[in-house]
Amino acid sequence: MKLIFEHSVAGRRAVAQMPRRLDSLDDLPEHLLRRDEPLLPQASELDVVRHYTQLSQRNFSIDTHFYPLGSCTMKYNPRACNSLAMLPGFLDRHPFAPAVTGQGYLTSLYELQQILIEVTGMAAVSLAPMAGAQGEFAGVAMIRAWHDSRGDTARTEIIVPDAAHGTNPATAAMCGYTVREIPTDAQGNVDLDALKKVVGPQTAGLMLTNPSTLGVFEQQIQAIASIVHHAGGLLYYDGANLNAILGWVKPGDMGFDVIHINLHKTFATPHGGGGPGSGPVAVSERLVPFLPLPRVGGESGHYRMLDERDCPRSIGRLSGNHGNGGVLLRAYIYARMLGGEGLRRVARYATLNANYLMARLQQTGFDLAFPKRRASHEFIITLKRLKDQTGISAMDFAKRLLDYGFHAPTTYFPMLVPECLLIEPTETESKATLDAFVDAMIAIAQEAQAQPELVKTAPHTLPVRRLDDVRAAREPDLVWSVGRECAVR
Amino acid sequence: MPWLTAHWLKQTTTEKFVEMPFIPHTPAEVAAMLEIIGAPDLDALFDEIPADLIGLPDAALPVALNEMEITRLMHDRAVQDGRWLNFIGAGGYEHHIPAAVWQIVTRGEYYSAYTPYQAEASQGSLQLIYEYQTMMASLTGLDVSNASMYDGASALAEAVLMAVRAHKLSTRVLIPKTVSPIYRATVKTIVAYQGIEVVELPYDPVTGTTPVPQNEDVFAALVIPQPNFFGQLEDVDGLTDWAHARGAKVIALVNPMTLGVLKPPGQWGMRDVSGVQGGADIATGEGQPLGAPLSSGGPWYGFLTCRTVLVRQMPGRLVGRTRDADGHAGYTLTLQAREQHIRRAKATSNICSNQGLVIAASTVFMSLLGPEGLRRVASACHANTRALTTALTALPGVRRLFSGNSFHESVVQLDRPVAQVLQGLMQAGILGGYDLSQDYPELGHALLLCATETKTVADLTRYTEQLAGILSVGQTA
Repeated sequence: MKLIFEHSVAGRRAVAQMPRRLDSLDDLPEHLLRRDEPLLPQASELDVVRHYTQLSQRNFSIDTHFYPLGSCTMKYNPRACNSLAMLPGFLDRHPFAPAVTGQGYLTSLYELQQILIEVTGMAAVSLAPMAGAQGEFAGVAMIRAWHDSRGDTARTEIIVPDAAHGTNPATAAMCGYTVREIPTDAQGNVDLDALKKVVGPQTAGLMLTNPSTLGVFEQQIQAIASIVHHAGGLLYYDGANLNAILGWVKPGDMGFDVIHINLHKTFATPHGGGGPGSGPVAVSERLVPFLPLPRVGGESGHYRMLDERDCPRSIGRLSGNHGNGGVLLRAYIYARMLGGEGLRRVARYATLNANYLMARLQQTGFDLAFPKRRASHEFIITLKRLKDQTGISAMDFAKRLLDYGFHAPTTYFPMLVPECLLIEPTETESKATLDAFVDAMIAIAQEAQAQPELVKTAPHTLPVRRLDDVRAAREPDLVWSVGRECAVR
Repeated sequence: MPWLTAHWLKQTTTEKFVEMPFIPHTPAEVAAMLEIIGAPDLDALFDEIPADLIGLPDAALPVALNEMEITRLMHDRAVQDGRWLNFIGAGGYEHHIPAAVWQIVTRGEYYSAYTPYQAEASQGSLQLIYEYQTMMASLTGLDVSNASMYDGASALAEAVLMAVRAHKLSTRVLIPKTVSPIYRATVKTIVAYQGIEVVELPYDPVTGTTPVPQNEDVFAALVIPQPNFFGQLEDVDGLTDWAHARGAKVIALVNPMTLGVLKPPGQWGMRDVSGVQGGADIATGEGQPLGAPLSSGGPWYGFLTCRTVLVRQMPGRLVGRTRDADGHAGYTLTLQAREQHIRRAKATSNICSNQGLVIAASTVFMSLLGPEGLRRVASACHANTRALTTALTALPGVRRLFSGNSFHESVVQLDRPVAQVLQGLMQAGILGGYDLSQDYPELGHALLLCATETKTVADLTRYTEQLAGILSVGQTA
């Protein structure tokens, strides 16, 4: 498909969208002004609308396809959350407008804070982090601030299980910690002996996802909490998989000191092709003073953003304003539409769908990574046997699923299960959709035996065939310029 | 009432049927699924969780609202927040956003897509990001752009980290006090634990700009804001050449809307100074003016562009164009060896999610406005702020604080506390600007003004008359 720049015609303008004239800039010195013209399209409104509408049709999305992407919780994003968060009263408000002009907005955020405190079992929350990774950063920075506040500066290590998301070790490093990885046992639990060996006076904390990225509940969580706390470390909960236990198990009750919540997973806010996310961070009593700013405080009718004067021991600000406010509104609306009972139902039906899909796939001959375990809200199958027999990799299999009209599950994560697919159906999918997915999986497994080339060269029906990632990295082509060859299709 | 009857019927004819928002399962389906699983009931699915961890339903949580009820509630709250005539800028700017922008990007295909890891099923988002990268690189006059950061303040922090990684010899970074105080605070939080020394540079109280420093110590980078937080235009050429002559990187902190008319960072300092290469090395800033609503501060996005030589130090996602198996052009995430999901503890940053949907809006916005639209918006903002400043400084008790050139924003000094004046303006439905006296007490009763292209002559007159009325009270001639 053409690039928008290739639709550009010199002198064409979408004049209805811009001010009527160019005002004078003659009070400004010449040497501070731009002389060349930036490479922006010169197009009509219809050119632009048609181009980006056609581009959108080259995407898979939840609204168009089943999207069982493990660890990403691709549940339906209710439309009302979007339209109500985009009411003019919310959109037009400047972040520096006085609190009195934002009581509707601030009330919603305050109540969202209360809801998150309830479902996590923590003492307080800050909505400031703009994504899960920033929530992690805030969490680990608070762990560090806590130790520092006690003069306990010898703690230099963060323990992370090998199955953890890549953001965990990357975050620990950003907070100046050394990462100690510990292995997982054959049943997908943390290896307690290995944990006992690495904890000590140098341990600042442990970062854990529960249920883990292996799709199973960490059954020894209370023992783990006790070992880490006994050594003087704190426990960080990566809330990426909160959907699996929402309303049933509170991270606070498991012994966690700090957690982040991915609202763009559990609270159905959109992924938007890569963001905006939102990663509120909640803490136990002892970490409350360190929460990032701003937070919403005050009382009904007089809510306001708390700042450095209210919270002098805070780790500080993570953004220019208050996180992704519009995303927070969407999460709030979602939570209110579900209510307490509905939120609790999420985990139950997400777990039902995962266990049903897991059972069906196992019964049709797929290998489970942890066949003796219940699925949480997601589970892993391994295609190692198929790979050994036919040469078909998990990647090939995933690409062929696209031809069948299903977004691929997460592939090659977690890295410790070979040729794995991490499958998360979420609670919003029907039995009929899950059955259709199983049919496609069976069909592809048969193709892998009968017509392996068909699978190895998939996809065949998408806007592009399989892409050359090596070429992309070896000869980076990151921007277009005039005179460059045009896109062929 | 018919709807009430239907509701009641549903409740009584299907025994134990509970209505479940956004969950499609019927009781018969649940039973069939449990049978396949071999579980007696739903509770059994949690049997691996230690029983003492499973809690009871939370009575403190509210009951569910249906769409009609939540619509009523949110409409009431949005209306409660009211409509104001806004003259606050200070990093977030009220611009007209064409209707097409958010109608297109809230299409489900963009709105509900994940990060484009499955490239073949994500060509829409990927090509759009490639177009975005092209536009931002050109706008800033640099070579490459990433696919966005969270916001302008956090992007500045990442730019600082990037420059320090690239410099290798020093961890000192110079940031002028003419950079937004909130940006400086954010940088401090994010770089706090990486051994980076942030040195603040003073400003000239007459011009409100940063003089070329006398500091000769080794430093990794200099941040140059343009326009700066006061709306004043810095000597970007002089500062860039000074930093480059000392082997440091230049990080340009810019408002992208102004780059339709102001010299882009890639061309700063292109004087022929004894073989010193001109142009900023990194440009960053807040992307909000390009199509994101104010929305109490988010979601907005940070942009980050740089020279090709720095691309491997860049945090965040990058999209590249490549070929498919048939030789046709296609798009994919690339150079991922920099990122956390591959490099883990050695990644350039822990960033994972970015602000994908907001840059989609920005890309559509820039496509609709084009180079001429951007120029007109920037020049209209400048003209309106200049007209307002001229009208206000004609009132007794108001004077322009700084000499020199400003763009798109300006600072005036009042004869009484700003908070008190802003309070008075609010009585007339006006948000009169940003009170600088808390962050810059040395400036006295200083008020930062911004009148974007959205303001009419009547709006400017209304502000001027209201302010005149407020200032006339208690003024001694």
